[in-house]
Parts: sequence; C-alpha cells; structure tokens
Amino acid sequence: MGWQRPEEICSQLQSESVMKLKHYLGEQLLPPIIGIVLFILVWMILSQSSEALPGPMKTWDSAVTLFSDPFYRHGPNDQGIGWNILNSLGRVGVGFGLAALIGIPMGFIIGRVEFIDKMSSPIISMLRPVSPLAWLPIGLLVFKAANPAAIWVIFISSIWPMIINTAMGVRQLPQDYMNVARVLNLSEWKVFTKILFPATLPYMLTGIRLAIGTAWLVIVAAEMLTGGVGIGFWVWDEWNNLNVEHIIIAIFIVGIVGLLLEMMLVRLAKRFSY
Amino acid sequence: MKNYVHVENVQMSFDTRKGRFVALKDINLSIARGEFITLIGHSGCGKSTLLNLVAGLLMPTDGILLCAKREIGGPGPDRGVVFQNHSLLPWLTCFENVHLAVERVFSANEDKAQLRIRTHAALALVHLTHAEDKYPHEISGGMKQRVGIARALSMQPKVLLMDEPFGALDALTRAQLQDELLKIVAKTNSTVIMVTHDVDEAVLLSDRIVMMTNGPAATIGEILEVNLSRPRNRLELAGDPEYMRLRSEVLRFLYERHAHPLAA
Repeated sequence: MGWQRPEEICSQLQSESVMKLKHYLGEQLLPPIIGIVLFILVWMILSQSSEALPGPMKTWDSAVTLFSDPFYRHGPNDQGIGWNILNSLGRVGVGFGLAALIGIPMGFIIGRVEFIDKMSSPIISMLRPVSPLAWLPIGLLVFKAANPAAIWVIFISSIWPMIINTAMGVRQLPQDYMNVARVLNLSEWKVFTKILFPATLPYMLTGIRLAIGTAWLVIVAAEMLTGGVGIGFWVWDEWNNLNVEHIIIAIFIVGIVGLLLEMMLVRLAKRFSY
Repeated sequence: MKNYVHVENVQMSFDTRKGRFVALKDINLSIARGEFITLIGHSGCGKSTLLNLVAGLLMPTDGILLCAKREIGGPGPDRGVVFQNHSLLPWLTCFENVHLAVERVFSANEDKAQLRIRTHAALALVHLTHAEDKYPHEISGGMKQRVGIARALSMQPKVLLMDEPFGALDALTRAQLQDELLKIVAKTNSTVIMVTHDVDEAVLLSDRIVMMTNGPAATIGEILEVNLSRPRNRLELAGDPEYMRLRSEVLRFLYERHAHPLAA
C-alpha cells in the first residue's frame, strides 16, 4: 500500500466505523426487533378475534396510567405497582439470602466430606424435585403467618441448586491445586480462602443464578396463595377485578425483572471466571 | 554431606482393580548436598512416582526415604516442588502465588516487609520482576514455569524437585529456561532432583543421570556420572567429545538395552 493523505485515511476510518455500525445494526439489533414486532402483531391479531383479550395498545395505555403513580398507598390492599414489585423482591431477597447462608456452607461440607455426601444425597435427591409450593402448608403451619411462609417457600426452592452446585465445584477441584496446597503445607484456613473458595466460586455463582431464577419463578405462585402486597397477589387481585390489561402487564413485569436479575448475575459470574 | 537425600530399599505398589501393581522396587539412591540429579526413563517407568515419594506426596509401601537425616513423612517446605503443568493458582497474581509460599515458611519469624522482599527477590531471580502483578493467564508458558520455579525456590528448600518442568514448552523456550536454571542452581547452590525424558537436558544439567528400567517393578538400571566442568555452555558442549559420549551412553541405555516395550 502506498502513501495516503491524512484526509483519505480519515474518510477510510469513518467508512470503516460506519460499516461496523451497519454490521451491528444488521446482525445484532435487527433480529430481536423483528421478533418483538412479530410478537406484537400476533398479539394484535389474537386480541382482534377474542373479546376478552386486550390488545397491545390498550395494554400500553393501561401501563402508562399504572406507572404514572407507582408508589401510592390506599390501605393495605391497594398499593402502587412499585410497592408490589419491591415487596416481592424483598421476600425473594430474604428467602434467597437465607438459602445462600445455609446452602453454600452445606455445599462445601458435602463436597469435601464423602461420608456426609453419601449421607445426604438420598434426601436431597428425594426433596429436590418436590414443587416448592408443596412446602407452603408446612410454612403456614410452623410460622402461623403468610409472609414468613412465602419466604420459607423461596428458601426451600433456592437452596437445592446452591447446595448441589457448590458441592460439585468442590468435588471438581483439580488435584493439582490440592497438590500445591500439600507441597506448600498450607493451613486449612489458607486452603479454604486461597484455593477451595476461589476455585469453587464459578460453580457457586451458577448455583446462585439458577436459584434466583427459580425463586423469582416461585414467588408469583406463592404470593397468589398467601396474599398481602406483592406482584403475585396483585395478579390474583386483578383477576378478581377482571382487569386483564393489568394481568398482562404483570406478566411483562415478572419477565423483565427476572431477566434483569439473571443479567446481573451473569455479569457477576463473568468477573469471577478464570 | 554425602547422604543429603537418602533412598533405601524403597518399593512402591498401588492397589488397582486388577490387583496389586508394583511400580517401583529395590530403589537405592544417595544424593549429596548441592548435587544435580536427573531421573530419566521411558514413560511409565515410575520416575515421577519416585519424585513424588521424595516430595512426600506418596508414601512408600516399603523402605525408607530421608532428607537431611530426617525421615520423609509427608510433603514439607524443605522440599520445593516444581510441577510439570506449573500449577499456579489462576486467581492470584505471580507475586501472590509466590507470596503464598513465602508466607507459609517465613511468617513466623519475619515481618510483612521482609516477606515482601523475599517474594520480590524470588521473582527477580527468575527475571520476572516486570510481570509480578500479572495473572497466570496473561503470561506465556515459559514465564509460568519460571514463576513455579520462583515459588519453589522462595521457600529456600533443602531440595528442589522438578517433575518434567520444561516438558510442555517449545524447544527454544526450553533451552532458555535450562540455561537460566543452570545459573540459578549455581547461584543458590541448590540440590536438585529433576525428572526428564530429554537426553540433552539430562546431560547438560546433571552431575549424575539416574537411568531407570521399564516398569512394572521398575528400578534404577544404571547411574551415569557427568564430569563436564561448570559453568556449562550448550554451544561449546555441542561439539565436545565427552558430551557426545555421555549422550550416546544414555541413548544406548534407553533404546538398546531398555527399549520401550511398545517400540520392540
């Protein structure tokens, strides 16, 4: 290539960045946009043929009104959508946090001590496939209140992935690392902080991600049964009011919040992958 | 000291599903302080097993191993190990990887500043001062292995044990690291036991080459004295008749008298 004048290089660079932008728009942005447009189209057609199902425009209008005042409070059973979402997130946070507090150390112990692994494995295998909602009556019975019972259901549903994934991470620890620990004669504490914990962290984060997904999935159902302020009960309430637009809005809210939680954890997991 | 590392009548067998497998038997070896020993043999001859026995990662089924007149009852910081696949912890920087070892050995008697000085010195010894704050995945294979050497040496071990440390490196990097190792060993006066399958590496580095017969029940076939003067230079040695003689001696042992069973 010969000598180029600065302007030429400039225009070349510009056209290059334009190309990149085009590429980005074409390959990355276009397909999801087409998907969303198609989705809305199908929804419109369906709503045309059914009287009960509100169309996208009607739902949108309803959403705008709903979100124009998300934090009002008219008594315990009529609160803004913002409060409902925050209450649900709060329950998930507490149940999930308690599950992490107990599940992760349990995972470490199960992964490290073969005897305890064999001891607990049949019980975990049996309880894991049980629908979390089946635990709700037990929660109501023990706590004698709806809110702790809902938290209990979240706790139960999110503890299994955390135990199982943490234990798997501990079991898959490369022998090399343990040899290093043995050769350097590291103390148990150093082995834990410098080798076991960082090596297991990616697995643990996978467990946490799976757990938060399930927890968010379960909270809607749990709240439908327990009542109180929360997105799940809100859906039930709007069903009783026959406000279908709000039910559809709730579905979107649950989906978007779940997506955001997942994205947050994926980003966190990326920071800790080696 | 003549019997710095002493291996007496050592036998090592493993219990497998097919029954007892005798890997090593009748191993007798005595290593003087400051000596550089290489263990050479075909794959599966148990040379790494012997090294792991000295490291204390394995316990012999029979026989005794001593290091500085004390029985080897497990791994310890008096024997620094360099692993074949570097085994650095990927979530720690080079500095932190070495510091972990330094801390373990010296933190009882030294303050934090002294520990840091030791870590810096170990990395300077392998010329990696510029890469101290890099993570293992950010540096080349040769550099990783140098960090491994720095980690082992930083503990000021009585013996340096190396398990095919340069086996995974390309020929040029390997030669460079061999030269560096020669200088480091001369400077620190280390006692070294190194497992290798590279004949040139063995002759270039060793005071004695321990040649092992094929397994199962492998043992020491022959020990070759390497009386080449130090410091050694690979270019000068390339045409040296004594070097050639030693080299062909090892080759003859490996390919004539104890050819690999699969090659026969």
